[in-house]
Amino acid sequence: MKKNMNILLAGVGGQGTILTSKILSNGFLQQGYDVKMAEIHGMAQRGGSVTTQIRVGDQIFSPVIEKGQADIIVAFEKSEALRWLDYLKPDGILIVNDYMIEPFTVSLGISPYPYTFLNEYSQKIKHLHVFNAFKTAQDLGNAKSMNVVLLGAIVKYLQLDMIDWPSVIQDQLPEKHVAINMKAFHAGYQQ
Amino acid sequence: MKVLMTGNEALARGAYEAGVLVASAYPGTPSTEIMENFSQYEGVYAEWAPNEKVAAEVAMGAAVRGVRSFASMKHVGLNVAADPFMSFAYHGSNGGFVIITADEPNMHSSQNEQDNRLFSKLAKVVCLEPSDSQECLDYMKAAFEISETFDTTVMIRVTTRICHSKSPVMMGERKVPEVKVFSKNPEKYIMVPAHSRKRHPVIEENLLKLASFSDKTDLNGIEYFDTKVGIICNGISYQYVKEVMGDQASYLKIGFSNPLPEMKIREFASKVDTLYVIEENEPFMEMQIKSWGIHCIGKDLFPICGEFSPELIREKLLKIPSTSTYENELQAPLRPPVLCAGCPHRGLYQELGKYKKKAFFSGDIGCYTLGYLPPFEAMDLSIDMGASITAAQGFQRANEWATDSQDTLKPFALIGDSTFFHSGITGLINMTYNQTPITTIILDNSITAMTGHQENPGTGISAMGNIADKLSIENLVLACGIKKENLVVIDPYNLEETKKAIKAGFDAVEPYVIISRRECALIKEIQIQRAHQKCQVNWDKCRFCKACIRTGCPALQINQEVNKVQIDSVQCNGCTVCLQVCPFKAIEKGGDLA
Ligand SMILES: Cc1ncc(C[n+]2csc(CCOP(=O)(O)OP(=O)(O)O)c2C)c(N)n1
Repeated sequence: MKKNMNILLAGVGGQGTILTSKILSNGFLQQGYDVKMAEIHGMAQRGGSVTTQIRVGDQIFSPVIEKGQADIIVAFEKSEALRWLDYLKPDGILIVNDYMIEPFTVSLGISPYPYTFLNEYSQKIKHLHVFNAFKTAQDLGNAKSMNVVLLGAIVKYLQLDMIDWPSVIQDQLPEKHVAINMKAFHAGYQQ
Repeated sequence: MKVLMTGNEALARGAYEAGVLVASAYPGTPSTEIMENFSQYEGVYAEWAPNEKVAAEVAMGAAVRGVRSFASMKHVGLNVAADPFMSFAYHGSNGGFVIITADEPNMHSSQNEQDNRLFSKLAKVVCLEPSDSQECLDYMKAAFEISETFDTTVMIRVTTRICHSKSPVMMGERKVPEVKVFSKNPEKYIMVPAHSRKRHPVIEENLLKLASFSDKTDLNGIEYFDTKVGIICNGISYQYVKEVMGDQASYLKIGFSNPLPEMKIREFASKVDTLYVIEENEPFMEMQIKSWGIHCIGKDLFPICGEFSPELIREKLLKIPSTSTYENELQAPLRPPVLCAGCPHRGLYQELGKYKKKAFFSGDIGCYTLGYLPPFEAMDLSIDMGASITAAQGFQRANEWATDSQDTLKPFALIGDSTFFHSGITGLINMTYNQTPITTIILDNSITAMTGHQENPGTGISAMGNIADKLSIENLVLACGIKKENLVVIDPYNLEETKKAIKAGFDAVEPYVIISRRECALIKEIQIQRAHQKCQVNWDKCRFCKACIRTGCPALQINQEVNKVQIDSVQCNGCTVCLQVCPFKAIEKGGDLA
């Protein structure tokens, strides 16, 4: 693994970004790294933008990532990629879940949804990976495990194979959710 | 073994290890999870209080009896608890007493950015400021030692980034000190003027002892590297500064910030070429340091408003602006927080919004504050918790003197159940006592929703999971003096009923109360109950008039291909508000509703 690594997860309240970051950060901790994780959730329970940020390395001070310093950004909702793009490193990885949650500002005509932005950015972003993790999770039988499908993709693209993720997942999830999320993890990894 | 904890989890753990036996709190971001976590430990008493003043006083009583106790709250909660906080500073403690204030630089979820370190100075009590989760645990334990050694209140001041960031923590064992003897002592415990006059000099003397402790304690630590630049910093600013400067600067990290360690600061200042004071919000340390004749750079360079970040420190200190590779020509859509699908507040606002030209909506704080936004725009004022009922009365009394057309605006007060218990009741008493003809609507969703579903006196469950009798809002309202005929209870999922009640409230010439009652759709049991209750759009009938869209429900989406509305069946839980507003009967009941 690189010396210090910055991971930024962006999504919409209720999408499970927090669980993904919890599994990731515990995996790093077990491997002996220093880890810090910051989350900001908006005012309402649901519907607002949320982000969690993980920083990992030998010694970490700030829990928050600076602009232009994320090694990877994972957009759990398509357009959230745009909100955080200026945090991505020039050679950083962008994973986009090809899944839209249109805010009511779009239906009310207050704010346009950038439906086609991926076409425009596909040239500019070297390491762009787009797939529909919602559909992958749904096909496995539980749409809610979408966040763990995305975890699988993160592990793959950041090459974090030195950590035993299945055992971390086992530790962090209640028994009854483990089996489905194991499948979700592998499906995401094979993406 | 180390575990990852948020600052809030670590504060709860620290209190547990320190042997705290009694704790009380009122929820408020970013402090809420301190009590949520503490109440999970065995062998403690933990409670949700109806407000912060109550919480502080319960904890004070426990400390007087001789056990370790704490009260936790968000920064503005200390305003509510300020009266006991200021007075109890004169009493000192017996068992250790700690008050935790969670401040919010940048106001992620708050109405102001007050810096409560100033409160510690005003009250003449100790202030401790941890900078990560391990310190949250350690400082909590230190706080009780200090409180008991110096017979004082200790305030622990954290900020959002400390509360809600996770970092590794090494846990320790719990040690419960023996319950101390309570000996009756009016001169210490009864603050009549004669006693207070004796106590005040004791407190001043105590502050001198604490100042010399502040100079000695490791809670204020110096790290010498390059001495061209010296930085005095606190809390999260320390982490940002270390991140940016590494060993290119020397640091005096202040963990014990009231009283400040004057000697240590003088020594540090004399060893470095240029001295910076880097602290979020108020120039709390800077003003004092300057008053000692020490030259330093602080708020000339660093903003008072908002929160810091590593890039801000880099930009100000090293003059290196932050760079981003991707200039965004395209923008993400605005995604403000919204009332959830099935939120009971929606039905009420749907009808209330129709009065926005004729009424003044005096609002309060909770999920329902979102009613100020489009599409409803049914809130005109929000000051602090409990102010809806009282400010509406003032508005009405001023109405009576007005000569312009404004005098036709009928005041409505809008207040949630938890907020009503917090500080709405006294306002309601004032309304009936002075017979001010306004209409108060209590939005009873049977939970403290905004801060993440804490129990309250109306839910009948305590923080430790015990069942209590549900407090009846109706009985309270009647006891406050509202006439029976001026009280109505409605279900906001029923728009016809809601409309009638609002009309009656609008026409009322006496103090009037509407209780709008329906459980928050996110309560676990309610989610299970309503999991298969759905609405769906019959596209043969949908004329795409968007009346349903204007309820602002996030489950309603526009299908661009066919120009019809569709309902996201994952989010929908069948409240039927959209169904009731559809002029073409195009929305139908589905799932279990059908
Ligand atoms: C003095 C103070 N304490 C705490 C808070 C945090 N806070 C904001 S709204 C709220 C509770 C709202 O609950 P309720 O009135 O039931 O409305 P709901 O969110 O359920 O609609 C709390 C605790 C605050 N803003 N001010």
